[in-house]
Amino acid sequence: MDRGTVITLAYLLASVLFILGIKGLTHPRTAVRGNLLGALGMLIAIVATLIHWSIIEYHWIILGLVVGAVIGAVLALKVKMTAMPQMVALLNGFGGGASVLVAGAELTRTPPAPYSDALIATYASAVIGAVTFWGSLLAFAKLEEYRAFRQPIRYPLLQPINAVLGLLALALCVIGIGQPQYIGLYWGVVAIASVLGLTLVNPIGGADMPVVIALLNSYSGLAAAATGFVLGNAVLIISGSLVGASGIILTNIMCKAMNRSMTNVLFGVLQADEGAAKQDDVYRNVKGAAAEEIAMLFDTARRVVIVPGYGMAVAQAQHAVRDLYQLLESRGIEVLFGIHPVAGRMPGHMNVLLAEAEIPYDKLKELDEINSILSETDVAIVLGANDVVNPLAKTDPKSPIAGMPIIEVDKAKTVVVIKRSLSPGFANIPNPLFAADNTLMFFADGKRAVLDLIAAIKES
Amino acid sequence: MLNNCFLLAEQINEVAEVTQGSQLPLALALTIFVLAIFVGFEIITKVPPTLHTPLMSGSNAISGITIVGAIIAAGAGHSGLATLLGTIAVVLATINVVGGFLVTNRMLHMFKRKS
Repeated sequence: MDRGTVITLAYLLASVLFILGIKGLTHPRTAVRGNLLGALGMLIAIVATLIHWSIIEYHWIILGLVVGAVIGAVLALKVKMTAMPQMVALLNGFGGGASVLVAGAELTRTPPAPYSDALIATYASAVIGAVTFWGSLLAFAKLEEYRAFRQPIRYPLLQPINAVLGLLALALCVIGIGQPQYIGLYWGVVAIASVLGLTLVNPIGGADMPVVIALLNSYSGLAAAATGFVLGNAVLIISGSLVGASGIILTNIMCKAMNRSMTNVLFGVLQADEGAAKQDDVYRNVKGAAAEEIAMLFDTARRVVIVPGYGMAVAQAQHAVRDLYQLLESRGIEVLFGIHPVAGRMPGHMNVLLAEAEIPYDKLKELDEINSILSETDVAIVLGANDVVNPLAKTDPKSPIAGMPIIEVDKAKTVVVIKRSLSPGFANIPNPLFAADNTLMFFADGKRAVLDLIAAIKES
Repeated sequence: MLNNCFLLAEQINEVAEVTQGSQLPLALALTIFVLAIFVGFEIITKVPPTLHTPLMSGSNAISGITIVGAIIAAGAGHSGLATLLGTIAVVLATINVVGGFLVTNRMLHMFKRKS
């Protein structure tokens, strides 16, 4: 067996391990092993590449590997679970950036023939990779809530400018694909796609971030696949398309969970309906309650459902929630969690936080399942969630969230909403749930409120 | 089964030697691309929502496979520019790979205990 065959077989083995690795993620029990299989596949692919005959010097490779491994390990071990969306955004970006550079290096090394598929793929890598890199960095800055990025930068003609940039990039690609010797064209495309990445992500924020992150995840995969076409390398194509498919599926799930199309999320602006009821009218009958009053509810309760939202992550309340969960369970009350697919800032965000707080995953219920048992629930606690429990989604067809599947906490006997104020959620509309007859508002910081509640229950 | 894989690899390799620069002819590359997308859709739709965050970070680490191209670009000893680009690409892709797999591992251990 010659060296080429060994390398190709190693890549095949790596691809199989990637597929088995993702397959492992279909259950929490097998997930750790799945991830390790994926890592093993990557190790095999890297070692196989290192024996490739075209490599003549190793010092730059080793330098790059060591620097990257140290940075990656520090990031992975230091990051807080609440900051996971930022972390994933950043990693997406690096993947895209690597694709741009690899395709660029290939072009400088051995310019492919004009109009060849390798050249087309090179330019595809430039566009997808650069959009992914800069889009992800901006998404990272938004999620970190850096001051300058809290609000989108406003300028007129948002979509026309994007269209012009897109067409310009496309035109340069077409010229570049005919003229491989002009490498400057490649970097021109990279520059325009970089700006496009920023202008595309700039207007999106808040509760729409899960869609953006999932989409950028998909792009990072597609960028890798495009680079695979450049190099004619099957393992890149296979892994890239796996990741591309994964990102698209997640994007789709997120959009469905908001009853909005992807175009609407990416290019539309959520606007409150002018004719909608005034906030003051909606909130006329709001009833506030203190921890002691709420604690009494649990004397007779048999089932409690907790619905967490982004507010729980902001308040870092997950450990306090775990203590409340344990206290209630110790008194024979069944406690379940209702997780909306778009709660938080990325797919599965709430699940990771609750897992960090050691709440068993079989207590976390999906939308349909939790809705079917909410009518037989004594107390529903809404913790830092708003739009995902807003009944207007069902009742008001003109509402910007009309048709969005919600967690129907209003079906529970009593609803406790823990929230700092009556301020609206991302959709910027009032929530009639807060003024419902069976709702008690507990105005406080999420963590503080849960701790007070625990103390009050222990006393009563 | 293994024999077939071996034969396929041999064939791909022969094609690679004939076509030199680009190792895979377009039709074959597209075949692989489309089939892999189907495989992806089949398995990923079965991942439960609880594991969507680890799925993103884990699949993200897998997309760091660009490291394979980066290593060759950095080590093939062509122009200084190609080597520089390759080296930066190795750094970025390694952060992607190491960071992605490690952070996924950290998260998944949280799901594993207590359940």
